[in-house]
Amino acid sequence: MAKQLVVDPKKCKNCRTCELVCSFRHFEEFNPRLSNVTVFQYEQASISVPIMCMQCDEASCAKTCPTGALQRDTDGVITHDVTKCIVCKMCVSACPLGNVSYSPAKRIIHKCDMCEGETWCATYCPSGAISVVDPNEVPDKKQLAADKMKATLEEVHA
Amino acid sequence: MIEAGNGWMGTIIRVNLTDGTIRKEPLNMKSANDYVGARGLGTKYYCDEVDPNIDPFSPENKIIFMTGPLTGTAACSGGRYDVISKGPLTGTIDASNSGGHFGPELKFAGYDGIIFEGKADHPVYLHIDDDLVELLDASELWGKDVHYTTDALVEKHGSVRVATIGTPGERGMLYAAIMNDKNRAAGRGGMGAVMGSKNLKAVVVRGTGGVKVARPKEFMTEVAKARATLQSHPVTGNGLGALGTQILVNIVNEVGGLPLHNARDGSFWDKADDTSGERLAETYLVKNQGCFGCSIACGRVTKVEGRGDLDGLGEGPEYEAGWSYGAACGVTDLGAIVKCNFICNEQGMDPISLGSTVACAMELFEMGAIPEEDIGFPLRFGDTDAMVKLTQMCADGEGFGKMIGQGSYRLAEHYGHPELSMSVKKQEMPAYDGRAIQGIGLEYATSNRGGCHVRGYMISPEVLGLPVKMDPLVTEGKASMLKTFQDLTALCDSVGICLFTTFAIGLPEIAGQYREAVGSDESDEEILLKGERIWNLEKRYNMAAGIEADTLPPRLLREALPSGPAKGKVNELQTMLAEYYEERGWTAEGTPTPEKLQQLGL
Repeated sequence: MAKQLVVDPKKCKNCRTCELVCSFRHFEEFNPRLSNVTVFQYEQASISVPIMCMQCDEASCAKTCPTGALQRDTDGVITHDVTKCIVCKMCVSACPLGNVSYSPAKRIIHKCDMCEGETWCATYCPSGAISVVDPNEVPDKKQLAADKMKATLEEVHA
Repeated sequence: MIEAGNGWMGTIIRVNLTDGTIRKEPLNMKSANDYVGARGLGTKYYCDEVDPNIDPFSPENKIIFMTGPLTGTAACSGGRYDVISKGPLTGTIDASNSGGHFGPELKFAGYDGIIFEGKADHPVYLHIDDDLVELLDASELWGKDVHYTTDALVEKHGSVRVATIGTPGERGMLYAAIMNDKNRAAGRGGMGAVMGSKNLKAVVVRGTGGVKVARPKEFMTEVAKARATLQSHPVTGNGLGALGTQILVNIVNEVGGLPLHNARDGSFWDKADDTSGERLAETYLVKNQGCFGCSIACGRVTKVEGRGDLDGLGEGPEYEAGWSYGAACGVTDLGAIVKCNFICNEQGMDPISLGSTVACAMELFEMGAIPEEDIGFPLRFGDTDAMVKLTQMCADGEGFGKMIGQGSYRLAEHYGHPELSMSVKKQEMPAYDGRAIQGIGLEYATSNRGGCHVRGYMISPEVLGLPVKMDPLVTEGKASMLKTFQDLTALCDSVGICLFTTFAIGLPEIAGQYREAVGSDESDEEILLKGERIWNLEKRYNMAAGIEADTLPPRLLREALPSGPAKGKVNELQTMLAEYYEERGWTAEGTPTPEKLQQLGL
């Protein structure tokens, strides 16, 4: 079963290390515009949100691709094969989250490939805002809510 | 030999503001190699091109923005750049360092630095969008603050990074800062005023390119090593992120080194905790934030609510500003301290010099040297309202605020007591008392840009015990340690990473990242020698500019501390200074010898 990237914006410090290491891993240069992950800062709300491909189960990018350049691999990751890609950019339009990118400078399509299992964005994230989890082990949100309620009740009873 | 493409973009922009011409020049790779980058390289260009006796505000003066070879890479905290010119506050060489995201963006646009010459005949700003570099009219932004200007330029140009001045910089206020990404400052010495003197309001940049390094795999190995060290260290991995630099308030007070009331009443404060990083975390802190590529994330996002005129959202304060508006002025209202820091950020002013100058005015007022009618209201230590009001007046250039904008030396001299300015070479000393912490006194006295803590941070060994513990009360060994710290700091600033990394990492990590980025095979020692070269270059400039001898305010040399752990101490500067000059290989008067200059290739 594929690993899954999870973001926690509350932990993000807007340092953009993820953007740097992502672009370096894939293109050997530090270039946020070539990164498959982007951090958005919301100044007034004091929140920063890293966004990257979620490897959708129903992947519009792969469904739209006319040449089969976007395929799901055995780990469940949607990978992009440059040799098959005709850079029609249909996938860029199709992705509802904007996580397939076109680089005007390099004239190529690029997207998250989970670094062939190494997930550099998560590895180098200093704050734990990006992490990798096994989907089977993602904490149940219901459980978290229950934990919170239990803590509150304990406080009230005390 | 190093070459473009290995950490370097290989191009600098030269802008003549007088005739509006813009040229792109190949980076001088020999200078880049010998002077590392940012602070060192910018200073080299500056010294080669500008007469040391120039009036900082004359059109013939130049101002240089320079990045380092690690700026914009994943190197630990590698988002720094420097602004270099002659400082109008001190008359010394000034290299003012800033983080945020501006420096990396300049490199992504394809440039290592920008040299501004001349003076525009109307307000302008430089707009860089990759290959496009143009001067645009800034008339509508003139008179606007930093935040307004930044928002307006982002609104107009899209996803750009902005470095700009506020109205104090436009007016030539002597310690006006250049602010980038709104709240990050090239803060000290008045670089904002030099920009203003040229009618240059802002630099706006957007870049879509990338930075490459010479040996990619080896570089990432060095980066991973340095980052892991930072993240596992108690100061850089936890302390600074959780509590900011204000974590130091109680720590420094505990050694009796927190100067109180313009250092008049010693340096031990029973109310220090009211202004501490711990207290800030309980009250106004929203979250911590990092600059570009930084795992430390010491930045404070702060919000004041329900305090009427003090309300606002912004960043800071840092330890130094928390002290200048706290202990120095005797103010415990943290909301007011945060507010004063907001004003400094929004208008582009150095809060260390500003708060310290207000403190100096408070002492002069209390002793009757400044008549109340000059100020317009009483100005006693601990008067929160007066402090906030005066900071706003200084930002607006109104009334007595104009006098505050001259700095404490000119203020105290005007009222007949220059000895009461807590400054060195006319720049205010930061938040550590040289009587309680001997080595930091030596550092202030010998700093190449006047009173400053980030030229050789002796607090590290003397208070924090990093990398080794030194007794703050003794003089032994301080000169030697300071020389190493000064050279290492010059190197650290010049490669383009944050000085705060050196709480955890040292020469091997800095040299390691530098080597793999530029493709050098030099030894650690050879690379550190570049730091010494930079230090001597700055010193030589200051001597040519006729800068006064290295000393401290008489208070630190003669008035013994009245209380606290360092009770009875003065700074024993003369002892340390003699040793220091010897360590440097300079004459007993503090002049670099021909042999030393030759050894450094100067």
